[in-house]
Amino acid sequence: MAATIHHTLSVLVENKAGVLARVSNLFARRGYNIYSLAVAPTDDPALSRITVVVDVAPELLEQVVKQLHKLINVIKISELDPADSVERELALITVQAAPAARHQIIELTEVFGGRIEDVGFDELTISVAESPERLDDLASLLAPYGILSMQRTGRVALPKLERTPPPGLRIAG
Amino acid sequence: MSQPPPQPGDRIDGGRALIRSLELEGVEVVFGLPGGAILPVYDPIIDSPIRHILVRHEQGAGHMAEGYAHATGRPGVAMVTSGPGATNIVTPLCDAYMDSIPMVCITGQVPFPAIGTDAFQEADTVGITRSVTKHNELVTRAEDIPRVIREAFHIATTGRPGPVLVDIPKDIVDPTKPASAMEWYWPTDDEVSAGLPGYRPTTKGHPRKIKEAAELISRSRRPVLYVGGGILKARAAEVLRELAELTGIPVVTTLMARGAFPDDHELCLGMPGMHGNYTAVTAMQEADLLVALGARFDDRVTGRLDGFAPDAKIIHVDVDPAELGKVRTPDVPIVGDCRQVIGELVRTITNLGGRDAQADRSEWRQRISGWQETYPLTYAPSEPGELLKPQFVLEQLRDLSPEDTIVASGVGQHQMWASQYWTFRHPYTWINSGGLGTMGFSVPAAIGAKVGMPDRTVWAIDGDGCFQMTAQEMVTAATERIPIKVAILNNAYLGMVRQWQEMFYDERYSEVYLSPDLPDYVKWAEAMGCVALRVESPEEVGPAIEKANDIDDRPVVLEFRTDSSEKVFPMVPAGRTNSEIVVGPSGGEGGR
Ligand SMILES: Cc1ncc(C[n+]2csc(CCOP(=O)(O)OP(=O)(O)O)c2C)c(N)n1
Ligand SMILES: [Mg+2]
Repeated sequence: MAATIHHTLSVLVENKAGVLARVSNLFARRGYNIYSLAVAPTDDPALSRITVVVDVAPELLEQVVKQLHKLINVIKISELDPADSVERELALITVQAAPAARHQIIELTEVFGGRIEDVGFDELTISVAESPERLDDLASLLAPYGILSMQRTGRVALPKLERTPPPGLRIAG
Repeated sequence: MSQPPPQPGDRIDGGRALIRSLELEGVEVVFGLPGGAILPVYDPIIDSPIRHILVRHEQGAGHMAEGYAHATGRPGVAMVTSGPGATNIVTPLCDAYMDSIPMVCITGQVPFPAIGTDAFQEADTVGITRSVTKHNELVTRAEDIPRVIREAFHIATTGRPGPVLVDIPKDIVDPTKPASAMEWYWPTDDEVSAGLPGYRPTTKGHPRKIKEAAELISRSRRPVLYVGGGILKARAAEVLRELAELTGIPVVTTLMARGAFPDDHELCLGMPGMHGNYTAVTAMQEADLLVALGARFDDRVTGRLDGFAPDAKIIHVDVDPAELGKVRTPDVPIVGDCRQVIGELVRTITNLGGRDAQADRSEWRQRISGWQETYPLTYAPSEPGELLKPQFVLEQLRDLSPEDTIVASGVGQHQMWASQYWTFRHPYTWINSGGLGTMGFSVPAAIGAKVGMPDRTVWAIDGDGCFQMTAQEMVTAATERIPIKVAILNNAYLGMVRQWQEMFYDERYSEVYLSPDLPDYVKWAEAMGCVALRVESPEEVGPAIEKANDIDDRPVVLEFRTDSSEKVFPMVPAGRTNSEIVVGPSGGEGGR
């Protein structure tokens, strides 16, 4: 078996019953695991975007993408290279926070750009929207305090924007 | 009394809308069997000009729709009830999906509010059939029926054709239920297209790729046109012939493409693959260029992949982009409709100098005719007193039947012999289950073909095992006066499996014996309303066939008692490369 790596596919589909089942079935019938999944309508409510992270060998990915294209309800597919895209996941984490430790946890949360969502007597629930790697880092840092539960959404991603200005462009001002 | 057709804006019910939609799609025949959930749709059928053929098992309806589509090029339509009706038609859907047959299947479903409650005869039909259809749809509102039916026919017949299933809950077609009320309309082409934003099949090949292909073809010294079923789907047989004759390149026709190029043409090498003839297999193997046209490099054609056509560059033309590079990476991939792309190729090659600009291929032609002379298809004729040779029966059938006879075959040894020994001179004369290999295909497929082509002689060539899987449809044929002819090659065995057990399992025969006498095929066929004859000696073969060919008011079944020890050759054993082709029972490998 060839090595599998995570691939992020952004699939624009019609926002209709059964479409997600069609998409996930293409992975399931080939024995490929869906690692993470996020689905929501786009700015056009007739369309949804499925962001799916799959474990699949690169040489097999092309065939899956072509098969996805064959689905009648699929409109567009792009593969997002992690190096060339902005990826975010949201995590909700409930962590043990005795009054003495609370301050350190709040500080960590701030460093990661998160928020305290809920405060209990000796627990805190925090939310952080970050790249998957940064969320892993935060989880490791919180682990010693005692993570009581953690829920992560599927990953959403968009390609990075073009940085070189078109030739001849002059910025006024 | 039949009502006048609905006008736009008329209040009608979903059931009538469904039947009217089928009429407007040009459907002339529906193969089906009613039941509770589809009952309301069966009522307006009485008043419709559409012919309904009542099958004896829903699998039969599906294969009939396929046979009809194969023979006519028009989509076949099947209609069945929910639950068991729907599950019974899963095999034909899968068959049609594998062989890219345009087909629309309408299934009844329990009333919408009951879906998900394990209601009587409820099955998750769209879930079950999702991976064996090109598309399927559960219709939830009566007003969606005309649109979904139009979309279904559009999807089934365009791009790479395939089966589309439409699942219809009972309440939206039952005139006594408020959910069935709707205003009649018929969507325009633009509305259909706007409703399918993700479906835009590419039909026109890329001009630069076509130029590259034309140049590669002209330069190649050992080219082969590797022709698959896509040529027939694209109605491209004529332009294929132009390409072959313009370039002088030999043609192989796969199991799905038999008839796409005439077998009696000097450039035709016949069928390649596991049971292909030596020349077709070897020419592909030795080629420096394979021009794959609507073919998909099936494992039964390539043999062991890493040894397949090792020196060949590949031009691959297919309407389905997912086929390009799926099995073998093409040097020149062209996505497009075969008829359009081949037409463009012919024009481009002509502009490059046509025949005169082709590389010298005299040595290639010589090698090919050398193989043809050294390794023709052969079999040992039967000795007096022995059972019939199946090949002999097929030769007689071929020679005594009209040259445009349509042949529908089952799956097994008889299928391979039929493909090998028939001379196909016309497209759409060969109907078989290639991709799925569905035993029981031939009888219903032949019925569907005969319904679509009533003026043609239609022979089902069947095995004894296959016949027992769908024989009940002979009752349908007799009742509906569909005079097909069936030749059962009764070798008393699941012969193809027996052959593998003989060759690869040390002659340890496990569960393949069927008995020649049980059932009594003649009595059985007669009980089903057919004329039937048993044929046991070579002298009887011709007269029996002639008698069968003369009957055209009833179906006929001829049972030929054939030699069970006969094996299909040549054969490329599974897991071997095509260079290891075995040409005959002595086990001799063809020399190179
Ligand atoms: C539905 C189905 N079940 C099993 C098989 C496997 N199979 C392939 S050929 C064959 C034997 C067919 O027997 P018969 O119809 O008598 O044809 P023969 O090979 O003897 O000519 C079998 C069992 C199949 N192709 N289809
Ligand atoms: Mg048999």
